[in-house]
Amino acid sequence: MNLEEYKGVFVFAQQVDNCINSIAFELIGKGKDLAGDLNTEVTAVLVGSDVKGLADELAEYGADKVIVVDDPELKEYRTEPYAHALAKVIEKYKPEIFLVGATAIGRDLGPRVSARIHTGLTADCTQLDIGDFPINPVPGKEQKHNQLLMTRPAFGGNTIATIACPDFRPQMATVRPGVMQKREKQAGVKANVEEYNPGFTPDNKYVEILEVVKAISDTVDIMDAKILVSGGRGMGNAENFKMLEELAEVLGGTVSCSRAVVDAGWKPKDLQVGQTGKTVRPNVYFAVGISGAIQHLAGMEESDIIIAINKDDTAPIFDVADFGLVGDLNKIVPALTEKLRAEMANKN
Amino acid sequence: MKVVVCIKQVPDTKGGVKFNPDGTLDRAAMMTIMNPDDKAGLEAALRLKDQYGAEVTVLTMGLPKAEDVLREAIAMGADKGVLVTDRVLGGADTWATSQTLAGALRNMEFDLIITGRQAIDGDTAQVGPQISEHLDIPVISYAQNLKIEGDYVIVERQFDDRYHVLKAKMPCLITALAELNEPRYMTPGGIFDACKAVITKWGRADLKDVEDSNLGLKGSPTQIAKASDKVRKGAGEKVTLDPAEAVDYIMGKLKEKHVI
Repeated sequence: MNLEEYKGVFVFAQQVDNCINSIAFELIGKGKDLAGDLNTEVTAVLVGSDVKGLADELAEYGADKVIVVDDPELKEYRTEPYAHALAKVIEKYKPEIFLVGATAIGRDLGPRVSARIHTGLTADCTQLDIGDFPINPVPGKEQKHNQLLMTRPAFGGNTIATIACPDFRPQMATVRPGVMQKREKQAGVKANVEEYNPGFTPDNKYVEILEVVKAISDTVDIMDAKILVSGGRGMGNAENFKMLEELAEVLGGTVSCSRAVVDAGWKPKDLQVGQTGKTVRPNVYFAVGISGAIQHLAGMEESDIIIAINKDDTAPIFDVADFGLVGDLNKIVPALTEKLRAEMANKN
Repeated sequence: MKVVVCIKQVPDTKGGVKFNPDGTLDRAAMMTIMNPDDKAGLEAALRLKDQYGAEVTVLTMGLPKAEDVLREAIAMGADKGVLVTDRVLGGADTWATSQTLAGALRNMEFDLIITGRQAIDGDTAQVGPQISEHLDIPVISYAQNLKIEGDYVIVERQFDDRYHVLKAKMPCLITALAELNEPRYMTPGGIFDACKAVITKWGRADLKDVEDSNLGLKGSPTQIAKASDKVRKGAGEKVTLDPAEAVDYIMGKLKEKHVI
């Protein structure tokens, strides 16, 4: 493999139902930083059926170029045709970096593609930098420059590892949604589009979609929420979550919960924050009656502002809280909701 | 019908993570368990055994002590256990791990391979899909339900806001979510079987169609540049206030941070 042949930062522009996922813009944003360090460009790879019209939106968020792979076989996400599309794009265009969102789609697609083209893949990255590998010179070992250094939490968030892929290209990473910053949208920018269709011939690896069932609930995904009001075992029972729902409503936020709450059957699993639930990074995270098991902390400690309310002043949640209140949530939460409601009413 | 379940022995982070005095993770003091997603995969396989008389083999790669997790699986009802263990396989990333397991699987008969979605120590969710690629068979990740119809497997595949009902021709690989089911307990008879069971042990020489350059630390495209214990975000302010003061305090902070 001649590593010098590989140029440019590519990102997978995930779309579902012809709507581009926010992660695509986040990857373009981070890609621009990396491309700046490498003096190269960012190319978004848009895969789907009848998706060409979405290309300009990618340009508006900073993509220098958009490669569109458009084919009826790509209408709904399926591992094989999508993996084929990306593997062929990589073979043809030879990017040095390829980023994929660590979504339910990206975490399926990334491994399959990396295995097909024989390169390394680092999962769920929370930080990407360009730097040297090894980071410090090691006698007798070549120190390579301009490497992608991929940082990720492991062990349920207890350790942090920085990974490099010095001898294979592209350097591939899946990137956790909500971590990288989008660029400001430049309305009206037109994409530099290149269409490419490698051909799709169904084989044993094509699965058949019998049915697509969309979730009936209209609740916001907790990973997309800007404000989360999260409750734990200290809420006492399912009914008390009404307090949190009212607080969330006033703030335009969403309710989430800890594992104990799911185990108790008070709230469904898709609201669970933590190692076996979802990792969230809202602007404000209210931890109400949550003691703060390490698995929970791993899922929320990247939140911008953490406000904890707990009656136990030794609760570990206070170790990560920006603002910790030792007190009775049953009194504080309703009073806070009322005060906020009055404040909001005054503003309007 | 033959089912192979790939399982991993992992440190238990749930029962309380133990730290050394210097703040690093004390792995030696932590219990090991069968990885939860893998256990759900095993349970799914055992249900196929109950329903269709499937033969269930559990496969793991690891240190010699990983034999314990295979015996646990047999005590739950698995028929056979295969341990792949060899010093040259150590230090593998997901590429080299999936190459190793694929090399072992080429020597086994299977209609269905089930892996857990991800292990709680690495959280990568990569090994299952990578095995399927090496074996050139379809993969369905994030399975939340599955059934068999003739030569096909029908799986509910979870996405963020929806699920797909997918139909794949076997042989096929499925990655299981812990939510798939409630794994059964070991039975006294099963524990008896597990004690008696002869675990098949394979080394490098028993792997089929795998090059040395794809195995172990040397065959791993990814390399660790730096590893450190996570520096946890430090504590901020902590105050004890009566409810009215508490409300004013939070209101003040929300305004100060321009949340409201």
